[in-house]
Amino acid sequence: MALPRLLTLPLIGRNPVTVQILGICSSLAVTTSLETAATMAVSLTVVLVLSSLIISLIRRHLPNSIRLIVQIVIVASLVIVIDQILQAYLFAISQRLSVFVGLITTNCLVLGRTEGFARSNPPGPAMLDALGNGLGYSLILVAVGAVRELFGQGTLMGLTVLPTVDQGGWFTPLSLMLLAPSAFFLLGFVVWGLRSLYPEQQEAPETEPPSVAEART
Amino acid sequence: MADLNPIRAWQRLLAQPNDSRGKTVLVAVLTALFCTLLVSGATVVLRPVQTANRAAETQARLEALLAAIPGMSEILEASEDAVLGTVVVDLDRGRAAQGITPGTLETALADTANWTALSPEEDVAGIGSRPDFAQIYLLREGGAVALMILPISGAGFNGAIDAMLAVNGDMETIAGIAILSQSETPGLGARIEEPAWQASFAGTRWQDASGEMRFEVARGRAASEFEVDGITGATRTSSAMERIVRFWLGPKGYGPLIAAVKRGEF
Repeated sequence: MALPRLLTLPLIGRNPVTVQILGICSSLAVTTSLETAATMAVSLTVVLVLSSLIISLIRRHLPNSIRLIVQIVIVASLVIVIDQILQAYLFAISQRLSVFVGLITTNCLVLGRTEGFARSNPPGPAMLDALGNGLGYSLILVAVGAVRELFGQGTLMGLTVLPTVDQGGWFTPLSLMLLAPSAFFLLGFVVWGLRSLYPEQQEAPETEPPSVAEART
Repeated sequence: MADLNPIRAWQRLLAQPNDSRGKTVLVAVLTALFCTLLVSGATVVLRPVQTANRAAETQARLEALLAAIPGMSEILEASEDAVLGTVVVDLDRGRAAQGITPGTLETALADTANWTALSPEEDVAGIGSRPDFAQIYLLREGGAVALMILPISGAGFNGAIDAMLAVNGDMETIAGIAILSQSETPGLGARIEEPAWQASFAGTRWQDASGEMRFEVARGRAASEFEVDGITGATRTSSAMERIVRFWLGPKGYGPLIAAVKRGEF
């Protein structure tokens, strides 16, 4: 595959969240505001790119029997480092992200890319692919985060866009937007929209329901 | 004679088949070593910055708490004697702890002997065990205690809630509250961080004349002098706050200390 395609394909055409439905848990948990969603997106992209690079570098010397544990250990260490950096330099946001930065380790997207791509490709393409997937994930996270913050609190990045009733404005915040189910709904709408626009993303039904004739006529 | 050249030994190791036992162990050990260095390096290098962040955070909350209490900034500015002092107190005895300073408190609390396990009936705040010593802040005005700031904590809906509770010099009314950390639902339970809600603590009493604990987080607006406003849509967080305040102002919390200050022993 051509190198630029590695970067652009995961943005829409093979988006890890909407097409492969990977990394859903974090996209529900951290998208209550744009700021946390963006921080999480950047953290995940950095972890993904670095772990892809390291695993791609050692790919020829990775024993098959322990390859998964080696990958997870590398990913987990990078996640801890990122978490420590956030706690040191972005303290306020790291408090709001709490455990979810740590949970990047178990994000299926990261292990999916290292196991599925970086393990069998040289460092350059592996990093490009990781960056593309990270950006694809970020795109969805930032979009969902922006919608949830705008309609849940009437703000964007903490700045008031729609003045709420509490502050003497006209906008009544939708509390549902701040709860996890709303992320499910929004994500569902995004998937629906994308698959209507790009029919090739639709999966073939696994089973056809049998056609049943009326028993009594 | 064995080849002792390390570079060639290394190449020989790498040339082994990937799934040989030696290489599997080697890769595992090297990965572990590399990751250990990475993680410990980051932790050690960044710890001073993180500690400073946390200290600055606590200081800022403390200042915000003081600023939010009516009349407090005037007291601080008006008299030279009004100083905010730090004291480590012994919770059971209700007096200053012997031989423990704010500097050595952390070491003392690392010892489990300095913790008291709480029975399920006593443990209304959901903390399991309670430290025997706590660092509190006292604001004195001409010798008398004008304000006492107490760190409190307990289990919220999603995780631990840490807060600072300020008690007026009369030892009967709450002066204010500041939330240090919480992980409640954003927009609902997390509204305990909003100054508007915290303002309803000012002037609230927690005991009636007979000494019975009456503090409550109301459903809706506070209706009596023992109540603070509830948070709509955050029933569990509201009741957690109620239980935390009740525990820490009760006999297993700062009750003995408050009684001692009231008797003028402090």
